[in-house]
Amino acid sequence: MSSGVLTGSRDPLPTPAGASPPERRGAADSSASWRLTDRIGLGFAWFLGLLFCAITLAIVAFLAVQGIRYLRPELLWTNPQVGFNQNETGGFLDPIIGTFLVAGIAIGIAGPVGVGVAVWLSEYGRPTALARVVESTVEMLAGAPSVVLALFGILLFDSKVLGFLSETTSDGVVFGKSFFAAGAMLSLVALPLVVSTVREGLQAIPNHVREASYAVGKSKTATIRRVLLPAARPSVITGHMLGIGHVIGDTAIIVLLLGDTQTLQGVGNVPLWGILRGTGSTLTSYVFDNAPTGDLNQPNKAYAAAFVLLVIILILNVLVDVFGRRSRELRWS
Amino acid sequence: MDEEFLEDEDTGLSQDQRAELGLGALVCLVVLVLLAMLAFIFQEAWASFSHNGLHWFGPGGNADQQIQAIFTSGDLKQTPKFLLHAWPMIWSTILTTVGSVVISFVCSLFVAVFLVEFAPGWLKRILEPVVRLLASVPSVIYGLIGVLVLVPFIGNHLVSEKAQASVTPVISLNGYSLLAALVILSVMISPIMIAIFSEGLRSVPRGWLEGSLALGVNRWRTFWNIAVRTARPALIAGTVLATARALGESVMLSMVGGSTAFAPNPADGLIFFVEPSRGLAATILHNTDELNSPPMRHTLFAIAAVLLFSSAALSLAGWAAKQPMKRYFNVGGTAA
Repeated sequence: MSSGVLTGSRDPLPTPAGASPPERRGAADSSASWRLTDRIGLGFAWFLGLLFCAITLAIVAFLAVQGIRYLRPELLWTNPQVGFNQNETGGFLDPIIGTFLVAGIAIGIAGPVGVGVAVWLSEYGRPTALARVVESTVEMLAGAPSVVLALFGILLFDSKVLGFLSETTSDGVVFGKSFFAAGAMLSLVALPLVVSTVREGLQAIPNHVREASYAVGKSKTATIRRVLLPAARPSVITGHMLGIGHVIGDTAIIVLLLGDTQTLQGVGNVPLWGILRGTGSTLTSYVFDNAPTGDLNQPNKAYAAAFVLLVIILILNVLVDVFGRRSRELRWS
Repeated sequence: MDEEFLEDEDTGLSQDQRAELGLGALVCLVVLVLLAMLAFIFQEAWASFSHNGLHWFGPGGNADQQIQAIFTSGDLKQTPKFLLHAWPMIWSTILTTVGSVVISFVCSLFVAVFLVEFAPGWLKRILEPVVRLLASVPSVIYGLIGVLVLVPFIGNHLVSEKAQASVTPVISLNGYSLLAALVILSVMISPIMIAIFSEGLRSVPRGWLEGSLALGVNRWRTFWNIAVRTARPALIAGTVLATARALGESVMLSMVGGSTAFAPNPADGLIFFVEPSRGLAATILHNTDELNSPPMRHTLFAIAAVLLFSSAALSLAGWAAKQPMKRYFNVGGTAA
């Protein structure tokens, strides 16, 4: 951009005769003159790159074929039932609803908290020791296995204090498994993604933007709220999408903390609150249970649900792509 | 004058200071949650470690029978048992993690180099979204494909009846195997590596490469000697992240790896690759229904503590390894 401004009115510098423009690759660049080992290496790189595409294509195509073969429209609006064969066991409406509920709770917690942490890390970061601790905390959360997070959730939500978030029997035993429990733990899965994406977006904003805002008399809070966060909106959205993608794809926390009942089992009479306190399943746990290694073993249903799950993930990917491109188009200088 | 500069009459703090304090409190809360997790898990795990001592990590006896005994001892009104020698599960985790990380490190490095420097434009435009898509496919889908495609294939075509007969009383070779786990885990973690590697490779200053090219070094050598060497912090960051993923993978491994706590023995020859095993994370998932038995609960939390400790040690090791390289040029060093 800056070079364009400088040379915009002038003609480009004349290139010396015989020199090729830098974009075009000369004969010396072709691999024909390389040593054999180098050419073998390049061939190997080509092979692996194409293999990678082939594996992805195979996975998507295989799931699409199997999914379309076994996916009946009525599966999308009927609920899982107990039956003797795969024609009688119903569809997976409740797992789909469960997937969205869990994703909503998790990103509802991880979104604001993650943006807050990212703003603090990028704009305040004092005292420095605390900033280092926070950075390693986020890094450790990113590396913590989700089964371990799930076990922590079991400890946490078994306690009497948090009993109001899950089913409690009449003699005071807390069940500890609910949408709240699963969503809260899944927010820890999404948090590192939101933090790192938003922080990157904030750091990409050059300092003179902040200085310009201070120069017109805005306070730091106002600068963050009115200037920096709007400017970083594409990365905020990308971070949320990435977080949702991971939350939807997680299985271990769902299996351990959502109770693993096939349908939504609400607790109490309050409409939405009761469902959120109750147990249920999501698409991932539905696939897990219906795989040959699971409790139910209905591969056709598993294929159909996996296909639906993959379509949701694909849509999220496209959205990430769109907003990612938008944040790259924003250039400062 | 903006309202933000007005001071609160009660506290004497400006809105700016209050915002900083509020965000600081939020950040401390996140740190506290992690500390609480560490404290709770290690406290719950202590009973199992203190009963077994260092033998917890050693071999000895049948781990599955030990886990069964631990579970039943909590059910009846007998003294709780804690005897567990978890080596088969630890060995399985080591094998799957190290194996898949080595495989996918080599492959990802080549693919990342190819993607950044050598691929033609049209292939770049295909490869980039492909990497992102593969990174976001849920592990349960990988597991499903593994259990319905790869496992039957291995069971029917790669395991001879003679091989099966040779190990019959101990384990059954039915396709749930180390090989299936390694293949799928490698496919799962390599997109993470490729994404971070190529980000690091891209940020190497162009002039450095051109300096080498101007000396007559060909593009392939230039890229490996200059760009890959410069991007070493990014290579470490990607490897650490991918290793953490492999270490903590439970769902896919419990689906394709088999469900016996058997330690695959390299001395068995090629059968080694088709022997079943069950890693630490998969063991937790496998036994979640038994958490209500107190000794079982302590044992599972002990396994979780080992996993948590390993992943913390891993990121610490990655941080330490990056330090001497950062002095010169830091690419992708902050990628979390």
